[in-house]
Amino acid sequence: MTIPDTYLEYPQRRYGMDHDRYDWSMLPRRQAVAWPDGARVALWVVPALEWFPLDMKGVPFKPPGAMQTAYPDLRHYTLRDYGNRVGIFRVMKALDRHGIRASVAVNAAVAARYPSLLKACTQRHWEVIANGLDMDHLHHGALAVADEKQLIDTTLALLRKASGQAVRGWLSPAKSESAATPDLLRAAGVDYVCDWVNDDMPFALRTDAGVLHAMPHPIDMDDTTILVQNHHTEDDFRDQLCDQFDVLYRESATQGGRIMAISLHPWVIGQPYRIKALEDALDHIMRHRGVWAATGSEILDAWVALQA
Amino acid sequence: MRDPGLYDYLPYEMRPQIRWPGGARVAFWVAPNIEFYELNPPRNPARAPWARPAPDVLNYSYRDYGNRAGFWRMLGAMQRCNMRGSVSLNVAMCEHHPEVIQACADNGWEFYSHGTYNTRYLMGMTEAQERSVIQDSINTIRKHTGQKLDGWLAPALTYTDNTLNLVAEMGLTYVCDLFHDDQPGAVKVRQGRLISVPYSLEMNDVIVYNVNLVSPRRYADILKRQFDRLYEEGETSGTVMCIPLHPYLVGQPYRMAAFEEALSYITSHDKVWLATGREIAKHFSDHYYDAFAMASQPVGEAP
Repeated sequence: MTIPDTYLEYPQRRYGMDHDRYDWSMLPRRQAVAWPDGARVALWVVPALEWFPLDMKGVPFKPPGAMQTAYPDLRHYTLRDYGNRVGIFRVMKALDRHGIRASVAVNAAVAARYPSLLKACTQRHWEVIANGLDMDHLHHGALAVADEKQLIDTTLALLRKASGQAVRGWLSPAKSESAATPDLLRAAGVDYVCDWVNDDMPFALRTDAGVLHAMPHPIDMDDTTILVQNHHTEDDFRDQLCDQFDVLYRESATQGGRIMAISLHPWVIGQPYRIKALEDALDHIMRHRGVWAATGSEILDAWVALQA
Repeated sequence: MRDPGLYDYLPYEMRPQIRWPGGARVAFWVAPNIEFYELNPPRNPARAPWARPAPDVLNYSYRDYGNRAGFWRMLGAMQRCNMRGSVSLNVAMCEHHPEVIQACADNGWEFYSHGTYNTRYLMGMTEAQERSVIQDSINTIRKHTGQKLDGWLAPALTYTDNTLNLVAEMGLTYVCDLFHDDQPGAVKVRQGRLISVPYSLEMNDVIVYNVNLVSPRRYADILKRQFDRLYEEGETSGTVMCIPLHPYLVGQPYRMAAFEEALSYITSHDKVWLATGREIAKHFSDHYYDAFAMASQPVGEAP
């Protein structure tokens, strides 16, 4: 194997990013954000309602939570489904106690399969975010643009009809995108995407169809990451949520409003032995003055208004 | 298939209320997996029996430890807590190590089937082959224990698309194969009535020790946390907690004290029904099957 000389050419070597999708920006050097009513931290809770088909292909990779054993992997199929039958209702109870409205990321397949579950979310005035068709339809570079457009259109049409909401937010299954995903989402009327983990605050993405915003949906403040992948304890999960909040709250005293985002998977956090970790962390967070529990759209709208 | 279609949708917050015998909040059961792994099993095309080429001395002997040593230690802890086991049995154990079966029987334990050997998987079997495995379990458990076989947990959690249909048709009454709930429920099968009794992966010592790699005291902490929440919720409607065990794991000396402490904590509560799988399935079937069926919602077609 030889390396061609072009390997030593750097056409994107310049100030800022190596692409034009968004601009380079440093968190501490931005104009301070003032949330409504003098709030210091916006709390954004995002549970995901997922359906992992039994015969999943895992193209181009298996998303976290995928089937693992030889077909038919009933054990993982049913354990994931536990979240939609039992776990989510423990999460709802934990949030209801503080009057927190979640922004729930829903696979279109879940809305189709369990209409009453979606209703339980919308009756709580939760915001519905699209989470793709199901956990076996990943968006990725090898997907033809027309096919991806159809995937997005089908997903949004189903969720908009089922929820009666505009469905302004999008979380790609496994946060996987193609190069065209932001363009297609914006063209389909999506206002914000939750796949990028490069900031604590919203930022603008350029697309063919105008500005799409990225919301700071986390990979670290996530029950699957901490409890399943990292094997940390429930107390560790609680502590990491509290420590994250404490730093953001402290920063907000001098640097303007912050966002505390929590990503949840009811098949993980909704297990009996785990749910208390979320309850305790929310107790800690909600004890503070100036916490604004809001939906993704509310946070984004407030942020956009301040940029003008 | 995309969806095994084994149950209707029934959200946790909208169910008929379950009341366990004696006003218990939690139906608690312990399911020791009494297993025999073969040293040189034939290969199933879908799965190799051992991680290493045969003979996998390390992994084979690790499991054999369960029958030679671990089981007896686990039995002692269960006796001290007055806890009967519901044995998830590789039925060939009846021929290989009848002393273990006798000890379980002497303590009034239930036997249900976990297949013939834990190294014989169901994937790829014809209906006739699968029926013969189930019939073998029915016959062997009847012959060696006198018990009617009621429960099923597929060997090594391996299946065909037809497994649960056949189990129901052949007269078994409950399965431990589904992990979608903390309460029993109906399984939709071709014919017969089949109950899903919550078993657990999260509380299973194989998952806890071999997959999640936790320490023994941490396992005890997980068990107690699980129980505390199910006990709390059981005041509203009865819940089920299962501890699936494997004597080769839980029965290691260094793990016993923490486990027994957790088992003692759970069994010493006032409103706990110390049950077997069969008893839980029967109570649900007799009192709540119809009400749960009435409350269930059909699952919609996914796009």
